[in-house]
Amino acid sequence: MTSIAQSEKNLRRYRTRMYLKRYWTLYAMLALPLIYFIIFKYIPMTYIQIAFKKFSITKSAWEMDWAKNHGFQYFIKAFSNKDFYNALRNTIMLNMLNLILGFPAPIILAIVLNELPYRKFKRFTQTIAYMPHFLSWVIISGLALQLFATRFGLVNTVLRKIGVDSIPFLDDSAHWVWTYVFLGIWQSVGWNTIIYLAALTGINPELYEAASVDGASRMRKIWHITLPGLKSTIVILLIIRMGYIIASDFDQPYAMSNTLVTNVSNVLSIFVYNYGIKGTQQSLATAVGLFQSVVGVMFLLITNSFAKRLGERGLW
Amino acid sequence: MIKSKHSKWGDYLVVFLCVIMILVFFLPVWNVFVRSFSSPQALIRSDVYLWPVDIDFTAYTLVLTDTTYTWALLWTAMLTIGCTILSMTMTTLCAYPLIFEKLRGRKFINGFIMLTMYFNAGTIPNYLLFKSLGMINSPTVLIFPYCISVFNMIIMRTFLQNIPDSLRESAEIDGANPVRTLISIYLPLSTSVLATLSLFYAVGRWNGYSDALMFMPQNKTYYPIQLLLYNIIQSKESLDAATQEGFSTPGASDALKAAAVMFATIPILMIYPWLQRYFIAGVTLGAMKG
Repeated sequence: MTSIAQSEKNLRRYRTRMYLKRYWTLYAMLALPLIYFIIFKYIPMTYIQIAFKKFSITKSAWEMDWAKNHGFQYFIKAFSNKDFYNALRNTIMLNMLNLILGFPAPIILAIVLNELPYRKFKRFTQTIAYMPHFLSWVIISGLALQLFATRFGLVNTVLRKIGVDSIPFLDDSAHWVWTYVFLGIWQSVGWNTIIYLAALTGINPELYEAASVDGASRMRKIWHITLPGLKSTIVILLIIRMGYIIASDFDQPYAMSNTLVTNVSNVLSIFVYNYGIKGTQQSLATAVGLFQSVVGVMFLLITNSFAKRLGERGLW
Repeated sequence: MIKSKHSKWGDYLVVFLCVIMILVFFLPVWNVFVRSFSSPQALIRSDVYLWPVDIDFTAYTLVLTDTTYTWALLWTAMLTIGCTILSMTMTTLCAYPLIFEKLRGRKFINGFIMLTMYFNAGTIPNYLLFKSLGMINSPTVLIFPYCISVFNMIIMRTFLQNIPDSLRESAEIDGANPVRTLISIYLPLSTSVLATLSLFYAVGRWNGYSDALMFMPQNKTYYPIQLLLYNIIQSKESLDAATQEGFSTPGASDALKAAAVMFATIPILMIYPWLQRYFIAGVTLGAMKG
């Protein structure tokens, strides 16, 4: 008995040795990336405790004193801060508008492209439509200034020539919001069609042929074949977008903002930057960031389980 | 195709819609392009629409002779190339081992990495980390913190997984170790995904400005081009050349801004159309697994 157990043990040891001999290089390769993730992604997570502590430059995060109200002092402070409410409202408002107007846009564009009978022209349209994705927000805000500025902007010059009053696209809060949403769609719509166009290639062409034989019109084919073929892609992308309803981009609002419209352009990421990096309220800013992350994850979990209940694949 | 047999009018409508869209995407960029070599007087008169008026290359010469601007352009180009090489190396090192199903701890490592995609610590914790590493106001903060994108790693992993296992197994039987297999079998078959991800990383670095703004505000020498452009566009900073030559009238500074914008835009606009086929495949791959 003992000898059998012994030899089994030896065999296992031998196998481990062979396994390591063959695969140790894989672990060696993974070492650098894992160190990267530990240093730049996981160590910052230990700093999250600053949200519950009184920040001090001289002490390490572990040594700082706990904040008042069982550590929730800064969350309470955030929720009684007018700037924070403003930033939260702006974030949700801009994301909602972007979702409502921006989500259907690439679906429509993809369907239009799919109906194009000329291949070369289709390819050309795609190339042009992808272009804004490759422009930085600094450059797009520069373009916006040249086009939409109230005095010298191209659009307002044309408007004045045909006898219409200038429109303060960038200088007035309400107009700025629409310019912001429009530019967001302009930048992303072409790029976002890629996924839908890929889904469209998965639709069996025989379905279209059969429908044509039955005399279906173009619109009927879009309604009964194209859209159902896109359904699961639409649901998954909608989940992802819902998960980001409270996430806030920094590059676009910061690049487009100006002093006249800060009451609508200050979103949470800008709030965090102003309070935690330009200002000295690190604990408050960390608390706001944590609030944002947690709510974001919650939204993602909720929308994902909702999609699964509807019978879709979901994210995981 | 049967699809286009009936309803010619439908086809015309679709083409018409596409032409409108092309104009909406293209004209704003074109307008800045023509402004960049129109004369300042024409810009003040607001005469410039689709064609340059009184062609004038002064703005371009001024931008090109401005040492701050040309240095930022050169530095950002070097930074972009360096960061792209680093990111691609790290991404390959991360993605390749994870396709071995026999690798022990693979599931755990996968989860460990994926988690960072859904939950991140936030700006301030990152800032404090960089501070404790001495990276604030140092150009290293533009290089290392974002050198692996999990999303890009997933695209690469999926691509490598789609290469048939039999190729790898036959190489293993011939005695090749995993490194050898990577170099002589996987990488040569992956040029398309390597090109796509390089493009993604390069565009991200070339277009990024917020990391420099937040983490490197005092080191103006190493400002990337986009942050310099931001300051120029917002008129927080003017090009040296502009102030010297009395070029600070509104029209002239508009032409200068337009020329500065064009220089930072043209490199990318020249590259991306050639990689279109590849990045379409890349995005599709990422979407399937993302």
